[in-house]
Amino acid sequence: MKMLINVAETVVADALRGMAAAHPELMVDIENRVIVRRDAPVAGKVGLVSGGGSGHEPLHGGFVGPGMLDAACPGEVFTSPVPDQMVRAAAAVDSGKGVLFIVKNYTGDVLNFDMAAELAEDEGVQIAKVLVNDDVAVTDSLYTAGRRGTGATLFVEKIASAAAEEGAPLDRVAALARQVNESSRSFGVALSACTTPAKGGPTFDLPAGELELGVGIHGEPGRERRAMMTSHEIADFAVDAVLEELRTDNPVLVLVNGMGATPLLELYGFAAEVHRVLGEREVVVAHTLVGNYVTSLDMAGASVTLCRVDEELLRLWNAPVRTAGLRWGC
Amino acid sequence: MPSSVSSSETAGEPALDAAFFHRWLTAAAAAISREATRLTDLDSAIGDADHGSNMQRGFTAVTEALEKEPPGPPGAVLILAGRQLISKVGGASGPLYGTLLRRAGKALGDAEQVTVRQLADALRTGVDAVAQLGGAAPGDKTMLDALLPALDALATDGGSFAAASEAADKGALATVPMLARKGRASYLGERSIGHQDPGATSSALLFAALAEVASS
Repeated sequence: MKMLINVAETVVADALRGMAAAHPELMVDIENRVIVRRDAPVAGKVGLVSGGGSGHEPLHGGFVGPGMLDAACPGEVFTSPVPDQMVRAAAAVDSGKGVLFIVKNYTGDVLNFDMAAELAEDEGVQIAKVLVNDDVAVTDSLYTAGRRGTGATLFVEKIASAAAEEGAPLDRVAALARQVNESSRSFGVALSACTTPAKGGPTFDLPAGELELGVGIHGEPGRERRAMMTSHEIADFAVDAVLEELRTDNPVLVLVNGMGATPLLELYGFAAEVHRVLGEREVVVAHTLVGNYVTSLDMAGASVTLCRVDEELLRLWNAPVRTAGLRWGC
Repeated sequence: MPSSVSSSETAGEPALDAAFFHRWLTAAAAAISREATRLTDLDSAIGDADHGSNMQRGFTAVTEALEKEPPGPPGAVLILAGRQLISKVGGASGPLYGTLLRRAGKALGDAEQVTVRQLADALRTGVDAVAQLGGAAPGDKTMLDALLPALDALATDGGSFAAASEAADKGALATVPMLARKGRASYLGERSIGHQDPGATSSALLFAALAEVASS
């Protein structure tokens, strides 16, 4: 598999050098792997820190900036960051109002953020944590690691951050983040496996002519494989899977998210199908975002995330944001 | 097993010094490095294809740190190694393996030499901490399924590192028909059956390294 890299060992550091070059408004600590908005800590504001394995760009580093995250901690490809990174990030963004860790529900992320929270609190930073677990493809039971965190991460980060910008205290920002997570559900499909630089080949075998339903964002296989379906059929399947677990009379935010290798042409066509199904199910759409936001390296495919909103959440969603990956209203 | 270790074990006298622990971790790093591709391949079947490279990065850091700092007592060597794994590996394996070694190191205290039995007890303390941190039970298709049989083998009368290594290998193999209930493999449900757990496999490598240095 051909890749636009030098060597696999330096892909994360190389990408961080590129972020530093392209985004002077960010402080990119390449050695310690922390991306911080340059004006941090913002006086009187709760700090928001997220992080996770690399390979999901623009998540999380691309969401650092006014109106969204204060800092992000990129791990190795598909590997959670280490506690040192989050401790450093928390110290850099804490204005004295405390810091919220936004953690996608994967065993590694949870363990490393938990260790970081303990260490940061030892250093006098007040920490709250919110777990994102929106993926309906995984049964949430005692017998699994629980639902995975995927597309809803973007909604949680955006909405909670908007509240923090308005001066909301840590417990309020954390409560809002949990509310957004509880109001969001996702479902993803893969048309091809992804290629990790370390492996140099596909992370699983997906025969031509088949798709993987309920795929995660780390190339981990989904739960069911079927003969290739049309965009129309995939939208029916994905939206119904989400609505099964997210009953709503309220309007929804829609994220039609590309996994990395699916062209925008296809994503917009898929977005049309998603809107069609939502219309048929009498679900009102408040806002739709189409693009590659929570990716899985070079995987082809897409995910659908719905977030049930009230007026407050919608107002916070629409608040100005200025980051590399998401930008409006300013 | 060398006569020096087995005889002092029966005599209950201190036998293992810091140099032994240094050699163990160096051998473990070499074994992880040698098997990195296999670990990553196992992980790509039921996980996310990074176990080999992550463990390799972590154990490389361990050997570098041990070479830089003069090894203190055995406990300090394990604590240093555990800290390196927590700081360098990431994922679930960093905190889990790091906690295993750190807690075992703490349990050994600052004794200059420890018996095989003391090491076995310390590792038990470490593995208990791993079980608590990860929330896994035996049979969940995790590293515990290699670690626990190895410790049991070590704890029996006449138990040796070689027997522990053999038990760990068997334990790792026994994860093949198991249904994963923890970690990323659990997302697969029934489809996790038929694959050997990468974490159990790397755990077995640690015991293989222990047997290797004890017999050299």
